[in-house]
Amino acid sequence: MTRPAQTRPRSTARGGRQARRGTAPALDVDRLIDDDRTRIVVCCGSGGVGKTTSAAAIALRAAERGRRVCVLTIDPARRLAQSMGLTELDNTPRPVDGIDTSAGGSLDAMMLDMKRTFDDVVEAHASPEKAQQILQNPFYVALSSSFAGTQEYMAMERLGQLHAEGRWDLIVVDTPPSRSALDFLDAPERLSSMLDGRFIRLMLAPAKGPARFLTAGFGVVTAALNKVIGAQILTDMQTFIAAFDTLFGGFRQRAEATYALLQAEETAFLVVAVPDDAPMREAAYFVERLEADEMPLAGLVVNRCHDERAAGITAADAESASPRLASGSATDQLTSDLLAVHADRVRLAAREGRVRRRFAAAHGDVATAVVPALSADVHDLDGLRTIAEHLTAPR
Amino acid sequence: MALSTPLHIVTGKGGTGKTTVAAALAIALSSDGGRVLLCEVEGRQQIAQLFDIPPLPYEERPIAGTGRGGGEVYALAVDAEAALLEYLAMYYRLGRAGKALDRFGVIDFATTIAPGVRDVLLTGKVYEAARRRTDGPESDFVYDAIVVDAPPTGRIARFLGVNDDVAGLAKVGPVKNQATSIMTMLRSEQTRVHLVTVLEEMPVQETIDGIEELSAASLPIGHIVVNMVRPSLLSEESAAALDAATVDVDEVAVSLARVSLPSAAAQDLLDEGTAHLERQRLQDEQDSLLAATGRDIVHLPRLADGIDLGALYDLADDLEEMTR
Repeated sequence: MTRPAQTRPRSTARGGRQARRGTAPALDVDRLIDDDRTRIVVCCGSGGVGKTTSAAAIALRAAERGRRVCVLTIDPARRLAQSMGLTELDNTPRPVDGIDTSAGGSLDAMMLDMKRTFDDVVEAHASPEKAQQILQNPFYVALSSSFAGTQEYMAMERLGQLHAEGRWDLIVVDTPPSRSALDFLDAPERLSSMLDGRFIRLMLAPAKGPARFLTAGFGVVTAALNKVIGAQILTDMQTFIAAFDTLFGGFRQRAEATYALLQAEETAFLVVAVPDDAPMREAAYFVERLEADEMPLAGLVVNRCHDERAAGITAADAESASPRLASGSATDQLTSDLLAVHADRVRLAAREGRVRRRFAAAHGDVATAVVPALSADVHDLDGLRTIAEHLTAPR
Repeated sequence: MALSTPLHIVTGKGGTGKTTVAAALAIALSSDGGRVLLCEVEGRQQIAQLFDIPPLPYEERPIAGTGRGGGEVYALAVDAEAALLEYLAMYYRLGRAGKALDRFGVIDFATTIAPGVRDVLLTGKVYEAARRRTDGPESDFVYDAIVVDAPPTGRIARFLGVNDDVAGLAKVGPVKNQATSIMTMLRSEQTRVHLVTVLEEMPVQETIDGIEELSAASLPIGHIVVNMVRPSLLSEESAAALDAATVDVDEVAVSLARVSLPSAAAQDLLDEGTAHLERQRLQDEQDSLLAATGRDIVHLPRLADGIDLGALYDLADDLEEMTR
């Protein structure tokens, strides 16, 4: 495999100082996935922008270009999942059928099962007796199965595990549609600060005995907790935290290791968006946040774009011509309708163009790939291949 | 106990325009001189961005320019930590202890790690605002209706049902009572959960799944709001001609030349027309799936020029039937 000088994901994103204001340098996805030093690609972005589809398309393309790929999806559309053979959510990567393996690559896919991931961690790191105790605690059941935030922790946990397995040379990750879509970056930090917090130590104090925690504040705090949440729930909570104590350290360590892995040169972040105000604003926020966290940003993928210059007729010309044909022959009337469709499309494209140029004005050096709007939804491998071709087509 | 303030909970898959619909609904509800509270609970400052105003603090304040017919829309970004401290002060008069809890990291723990507490606090704040009385201590801030820009469809049943889980965890005590009261309010006649979608496969599927989940949790479903509907720009004759593929590209080229447009564009225009037709068919298919749910449905047009205050008023008019 030939390796051009600029193959680092970081330099792909930040190589374009010469870029004109308002136009972004092109993102070369093929170069990114062909570089065998790229080991992890993370697709992030707000909800509904086609993150999962982008992740699947990139994974498929990389596999057919010869890499051994695993794609970790969080919540794929039913038919997209089916197209990759993901009929059950069993947390295990399964080979995807129908892949062209002539280049020596392979594709496995899995859907995240957050409770299963959590249970596995507990069982792997606690004695059978203690694991049982934790798995049955009502706090654990609630935490592992239904509460917001857990998905982010578990997605990172699973990524760390898959990476450690070493069976794949590229892992493509789709991120959870969280409140703030970068919650997964905060997970390790939150966990650490929490576990070092006085509260956890306070909760552990009765289990550990010594009265050294009985400081002035202690009485007030337990009294307040008792008053607000009641003695029974406090006891359940204490049991849970005490039982979990040994696990917490391991969790934190692995969360920190995963965070470091995300920062490493072998990782590439792709921010996914659609050319509309809110998603592009979110994309700008992601870009800034990734930079602040020193995460290797590879570029921006803008899905569902329309072409401003299509057919070489402006919206204004189409709009003024359309009524003049409306009362003519059958073909004139059809052409009139077609011009109305065209005007609508070009207006939309112009608006998208404005939104994209606004982003580029502030983040002009972020390499960008554009995927045109397709008239049908994607739900088979051929559809994914088409997306990938657009994604990697030179502009 | 008297009935609480009418509560409209607006959910929808990401990218479907949930915040826009919530804001337009708040405006619609305020049209007859009503005072309406528009809350967001995800800490993303989407209301401020929509109205192009500075980030909202944890404080109910009127949004300039929303007063129509003497009505007023107030906005509030509910913050879990502030809500917890306020809650402790309000219900338990825990001034000093509240601070001690904060110092010990309890507030932090409760709002970030402790299972479900964040959602409990967010729904709890809405509950507090909904049960205010004109003769109560917060009589200045009694609303005629509350609109919540809620978490997305995939999470909504869990978000609204969190108090059931908590009521299950806490078998007795004040938390149990509070959680039970919140669930009672959410399941009452006064509450409606609206689902925003666009006519694409995945959002529609999520909407149908969401309706099932909400029904299973006995949460009251209001309207399905179908957002960003693209009007058909092709007459029946044009659609039929494109369908039958009987159109002669050269004839279209002649028509184009007649109005001094480049005839070379004919094939591109036909392709665009066919793609448009295909999208309209997909839209119709998805729309009939929604119709099959038997729920009340309102349609909102796609606005080619984006959303500003004027556009919100137009959308508010289209949502009028949801205010009845």
